[in-house]
Amino acid sequence: MESSFSAYLAAGIGAALTVIGAGFGIGKLASAAMEASSRQPEALGDIRTSMIIAAALIEGVSLFALVICILLALK
Amino acid sequence: MIDTTDLGKDTLHSSESSSGSWIIDHIVDSNVLDFEPLGVIHLPSFDINLFGITFHFAITKHVVFLWIAALIVAILMIFTARSYKKSLVPKGVANLVEMIIEFIKYEIVTPTIGEKYVKTFLPFLGTIFFFILTCNLLGLLPYGATATSNISVTGSLALLSFIMTQFAGIKKNGVVGYFKGLIPHGVPVFLLPIMFVVEVLGLFTKPFALMIRLFANMTAGHVVILALIGLIFILKTPFISPVSILFALFIYLLELLVALIQAYIFTMLSSLFIGMAIHQEH
Repeated sequence: MESSFSAYLAAGIGAALTVIGAGFGIGKLASAAMEASSRQPEALGDIRTSMIIAAALIEGVSLFALVICILLALK
Repeated sequence: MIDTTDLGKDTLHSSESSSGSWIIDHIVDSNVLDFEPLGVIHLPSFDINLFGITFHFAITKHVVFLWIAALIVAILMIFTARSYKKSLVPKGVANLVEMIIEFIKYEIVTPTIGEKYVKTFLPFLGTIFFFILTCNLLGLLPYGATATSNISVTGSLALLSFIMTQFAGIKKNGVVGYFKGLIPHGVPVFLLPIMFVVEVLGLFTKPFALMIRLFANMTAGHVVILALIGLIFILKTPFISPVSILFALFIYLLELLVALIQAYIFTMLSSLFIGMAIHQEH
């Protein structure tokens, strides 16, 4: 079994797990933001800003894992 | 056990080159500016021998695009500043730039750094925002390259942000006071060494995260677009092109949004770290 086979496999599985984690996290975030903005429509601007910041931070973490997957796939 | 010796020889790999390497070739730095099919421009590179070490300097594609972005930002700002001599009410481009700078000043810098230090840090943060935005958007033009998809570029930007943070914190609190203020009070004495190590490490992970976030966001978008369009060539059929181009267009629009958001996030996080270094009460 050549090692690049397992490297590609690991990269694929890693990317899939990363996307699951990021999707779950950002989905939870978005649902909380929707609920909060429906309870208090005046705070919509602040909520939207905080939501975008938090989404970018969560996505940043998931992109750490993506970079590792790219390194694996390029071996 | 699965016999994997023939796995590399299926239809996708029947051509000579491996089907993945052209994506990488379009993303990474290169020594030529290519305007296919019109031709290529070869960029100079030279070696300097100093103190026995050979430094290899090369002007690469990303360096050229960094210069272009710097030129665009400089010309835009000089033009805007000059238009204020005629009238205090801005018109045209100056209007747009003033709107963006006001957004940065009142929504990003003032809530995190506070009114007193806005004048000190607004030039740095505004420049970072416009520079990253320009670099990101230049990569979306035809024949353009994203300078921020190079980890050295994002590393330098994160390093600048790190230096600015430490400089701000040490200037306000003094060297000893700054490091003492890193540790929250109310911590039992036997935990102090490990808290100190953890906090110092935390000082370094934040710019590291800034670097990786910007780099990965910019690279990933371009890889997805190239992979979708490359499906047409890999599957060797023109019938997939409507689907492929439609998806690629959608991702392209998303890329536009991501370019804006990433510039905003970098600036906002830099300003947050500077604010945290200045006002050290947790």
